[in-house]
Amino acid sequence: MTSTTMGRLEQFGLGWSIPVIKLLTWDQPFKQLNVLFKSLVIPLVGILAFLSFWHIGAAQIQTSLGTLPGPAQVWGQFTTLVQEHKDERAKETAFYQRQEKRNEKKLAKNPDAKIKFRPYTGSPTFFDQIITSLITVMTGFLLASIIAIPLGIVCGMSAKLYSALNPLIQVFKPVSPLAWLPLVTIVVSAIVVTSDPTMPKAFIISAITVTLCCLWPTVINTTIGVSQIDSDLNNVSKVLRLNWFTKVRKIVLPSAMPMIFGGLRLSLGIGWMVLIAAEMLAQNPGLGKFVWDEFQNGSSNSLGRIMVAVIVIGLIGFLLDKMMLTLQKKVSWDKNAELR
Amino acid sequence: MHNEHLILTEVTIDFPTDKGPFRALDKVNLNIKKGEFVSLIGHSGCGKSTVLNIVAGLHQATEGGVILDGKEVNEPGPERAVVFQNHSLLPWLTSYQNVELAVKQIFKGDKSKAEVKDWVEHNLELVHMSHALHKLPSEISGGMKQRVGIARALAMQPKVLLMDEPFGALDALTRAHLQDSLMEIQENLGNTVIMITHDVDEAVLLSDRIVMMTNGPAATIGEILEINLDKPRNRIELADDPQYNHYRSEVLRFLYERHALPEKAA
Repeated sequence: MTSTTMGRLEQFGLGWSIPVIKLLTWDQPFKQLNVLFKSLVIPLVGILAFLSFWHIGAAQIQTSLGTLPGPAQVWGQFTTLVQEHKDERAKETAFYQRQEKRNEKKLAKNPDAKIKFRPYTGSPTFFDQIITSLITVMTGFLLASIIAIPLGIVCGMSAKLYSALNPLIQVFKPVSPLAWLPLVTIVVSAIVVTSDPTMPKAFIISAITVTLCCLWPTVINTTIGVSQIDSDLNNVSKVLRLNWFTKVRKIVLPSAMPMIFGGLRLSLGIGWMVLIAAEMLAQNPGLGKFVWDEFQNGSSNSLGRIMVAVIVIGLIGFLLDKMMLTLQKKVSWDKNAELR
Repeated sequence: MHNEHLILTEVTIDFPTDKGPFRALDKVNLNIKKGEFVSLIGHSGCGKSTVLNIVAGLHQATEGGVILDGKEVNEPGPERAVVFQNHSLLPWLTSYQNVELAVKQIFKGDKSKAEVKDWVEHNLELVHMSHALHKLPSEISGGMKQRVGIARALAMQPKVLLMDEPFGALDALTRAHLQDSLMEIQENLGNTVIMITHDVDEAVLLSDRIVMMTNGPAATIGEILEINLDKPRNRIELADDPQYNHYRSEVLRFLYERHALPEKAA
């Protein structure tokens, strides 16, 4: 296998597959087995230990909704959720087919007849909620990044501006999303007057709450990264009389990039946590609402379904971070730096 | 007046400290002719770098000032290009791109794309770096990085080339190679050069004049030594040259007898 393909695999977080492929091509088989053991077998042992602990432990706990579900029951609930999603999609397709037939009939009878198209309004499934949450968190995160990176750059380049803004940053940084939420809800309700169904208020409220909470790590990290630029490089830019914009593009951004990415990854992680909480509290569509609905529902399946949500939330958070890491590796100029 | 190129007059600098101003330099007077190679030598902390930074415009003199070709120096600029001790290449740009950044900035609008490319390659050729145009600084050795740093400075076509211990961080063999390259370049281009060094041999080998500085605080010029050796100079021939060795011992005597660093009491 060529080293570029391996590099590519590594970039996309599939580094563990390299020894498998090498083993298949019988390239230093004992070394590959050793690598495989360390990178695949040991983590699997950890996961299995956790699952058995969960299985045994859960059976001991009786709740008002029955026994705490173990891994098997949770898996069962997951397949149910997949089935519900498929059923809902089937219903949707059927609905549209019926509508189309009805319209065709009408038109056949009278070519001038007014025909109506109605969108399907079924309840969102678990997977619909995942998509909603992902779109919301990415919107909030992008909005925060667009504000935070330039703000961090000017703060890092001007000590005065930093002194002026630092107290505000330090005060707003620790504010819980749950405290922002009522404020944001009321302000957005007052300002945004829209009947546009693609930009519902709930979506804006969740996104802005995410933005407010994930601004800070990026601002702080960018500021630190920019202010730590090597003074020699600053002198180079002075001797060359680079204008502000060229300096930012050629010197400031590349040298602060690792710190900026550190901030972005923290921000996205916080944003994802905040979003779930905001959706639960505000009943805004998304995974948080799914969890809250199941909690209110209180059926014998609810606990299992909440656990599915918990695991999925964790997995998505992990994947989001992996995605940022991949992006960071892509834009990093220092290909030797060990990023993790 | 016809010989006046770079003039330092009564250059004095005070740095503010908690205990009041600290006078680092006191009344430095120096006249440098066009095409002259001047070395600044002195013990650590004697303000050599401060002199260079004032000429570069990175520091402002408290009293006195610097005039280059009739114009007062009060900010950094490409006509006084600096070669920094630790090369200061942008680590995310290749050798070519590092020089290109300077060329594009300085000849904005004056050179076509092809001319920029030629000029960048020409300057890297001068420092014998044509073989590593597209390597990142992390992929080349310390001496090579310093060569690219010199190419970047030369590409700005500076009136004065300022070098702050350019070879200080290199091993002796690499240093000798670079000194030879620098002599060759200066021979061809005739730049005015001010170089800071700790190395007595380097100073005698390269310079037309050696400016020896007293110890700080309130450091100033102690003595100036004219080096009347024919150019081009060859380090091997000069090793046995009585005149060369005389200059060497002059500098050594200044540094270690008359202005030896006082042993700190207590």
